[in-house]
Amino acid sequence: MEQEALLRVTGLKKYFPVGKGDLFKPKEMVHAVDDVSFEIKKGETLGLVGESGCGKSTLGMTLLRLTEPTAGQIWFEGKEVTRLSKGEMRSLRRQMQIIFQDPYASLNNRMTCESIVGEPLSIHKLYTGRERRERVAYLLGKVGLGAEHGKRYPHEFSGGQRQRIAIARALAMNPKLIVADEPVSALDVSIQAQVINLLEDLQNEFDLTYLFISHDLYVVEHISDRVAVMYLGQIVEIAPKDELYSSPIHPYTEALLTAAPVPDPTAKRKRVLLTGDVPSPIHLPSGCRYHERCQRRQVDCLDGVPELVFVNKDHAVRCRHF
Amino acid sequence: MDIDQPIRHVDAVAFQFSRIKKRIFRKKYLKIYVGGSIFLALLFASLLAPIIAPHDPAKLDLTLKLLRAFESEDFILGTDNLGRDLLSRIIYGSRISLLIGVVSVLFAATLGALLGAISAYFGKYVDELIMKVVEIFLAFPFLLLSIVIMAFLGPGLTNIIIALVLSRWVQFCRLVRGEVLSIKGRDHVVAAKALGAKDMYIIVRHILPYTMPSLIVMCTFEVALVIIYESSLSFLGLGVPASVPTWGTMLAEGRTYMMAAPWLSVFPGLAIFVTVLGINLLGDGLRDVLDPRMRGR
Repeated sequence: MEQEALLRVTGLKKYFPVGKGDLFKPKEMVHAVDDVSFEIKKGETLGLVGESGCGKSTLGMTLLRLTEPTAGQIWFEGKEVTRLSKGEMRSLRRQMQIIFQDPYASLNNRMTCESIVGEPLSIHKLYTGRERRERVAYLLGKVGLGAEHGKRYPHEFSGGQRQRIAIARALAMNPKLIVADEPVSALDVSIQAQVINLLEDLQNEFDLTYLFISHDLYVVEHISDRVAVMYLGQIVEIAPKDELYSSPIHPYTEALLTAAPVPDPTAKRKRVLLTGDVPSPIHLPSGCRYHERCQRRQVDCLDGVPELVFVNKDHAVRCRHF
Repeated sequence: MDIDQPIRHVDAVAFQFSRIKKRIFRKKYLKIYVGGSIFLALLFASLLAPIIAPHDPAKLDLTLKLLRAFESEDFILGTDNLGRDLLSRIIYGSRISLLIGVVSVLFAATLGALLGAISAYFGKYVDELIMKVVEIFLAFPFLLLSIVIMAFLGPGLTNIIIALVLSRWVQFCRLVRGEVLSIKGRDHVVAAKALGAKDMYIIVRHILPYTMPSLIVMCTFEVALVIIYESSLSFLGLGVPASVPTWGTMLAEGRTYMMAAPWLSVFPGLAIFVTVLGINLLGDGLRDVLDPRMRGR
């Protein structure tokens, strides 16, 4: 069954200028997101993994136009998000929400839990008076908090509870897409599982679509339908979860997967050890972004950045040698 | 056994009380208490001036002119060259000082905070424009600026407040701009933007409250400063009409009799000194408690 794409991204780029620049020298740029294209189908979860600094979060923020993209298009339900005016964008924000990594930073600590969760409703003038209070209570219930929590301030909650408040706030307007930017990385492992389960339950109940950003391969494996691997601002491989985890094609994915610890200390595993550091996103390596660290490097890896090519219907990879 | 005995209620109360006492009378709050008491005393004096003041501050009696301080029971601080009671005039003078100090700082803080926040939040050419204006204001020594504005507007209570607001808002603007630059990138601000909130709503609801601690501290220091500058302007004859007693005009009038009747200048001067000291102590204490950058020093 072919599902329609809820979100489609083509050639998305986000560069940040560094420093002041010079009259005779072009400004140096951080290539945080560089030519990213993918789509997310309705109701699925796309996991996005990569090491820190590879542009995962920037990609998430750019998708919601929380930072303006440098180039490329974003389509949401057939509408070109990148062309919307400020006002149109504001009303579209009801459809797409974000959950942040650090629940200590993402809630305004001068507002009560109730007013935080009710804020989206008041911003978009949805419901009034009693109806709004009921909606807030309903949302709090949905994320496993009680009505008695409503009058409290964020500092009275634990990290996990705060993340639940943030989730309730994101849910308030019945969004279709939620970008979850490392939503469990700041939490204890035991709490992580609870929040992941909550996200899954909510997805089933409200027919949500997730872009799940994380650096934790196990969490991503658990929650995702498809997984995209990012390296230096580019998606190097994107495939259905099982296929990616069992038969990765890109050498970087391979290295990443073998680097993840296995809970069995006696297990023998073949590791692909990465050497060197991630190259600077300002001065990018010529040719394939990964060639300096690649275990399968060949001469033609220096001939420009390889295209993202489809190996089969769902599996694409940015490498010439597979 | 002792352990089995219930804790007596009196002991528990005494214990609670000693704990509360310890919490309230901590050394770090000392400045706030001293400064705050002075400020409160001043507030009471100005509000209750008609009740506290022993005489009508405007009543002339040339038969009683230039009475020495502490010599007459009826005129404790003596009288001036027109026979007016100095103590009463100082008490009434606190009204003007406080009114001008508080009102002009409130307006300056509001104007400065809003413009500073807008400047930092929108950045780019908005920031450039507002900061250029701020720099123009800063280029003038601000007493000179107030003098020029007063010369244009003429004397009067409203005008002196306008002059002081116009010369002090830049300080608030720069402070708030700096704070907002660091606050605007925080997650809760981005989250509000993601919810679809409008810019001004975000500034007022999610950014400005976070600048309050440093803003409050700055306000107290500015009140003290503005009181001094009001006195200076009054001293120069650019303040409120001469008939209204203010500490600055009293200083100026007393100057003529400096050798013969030093109390005429000394006591208004002392009033300014104590007021400014008190408010500065309060501000200092508040900063120690509120400003995270000063914590632990």
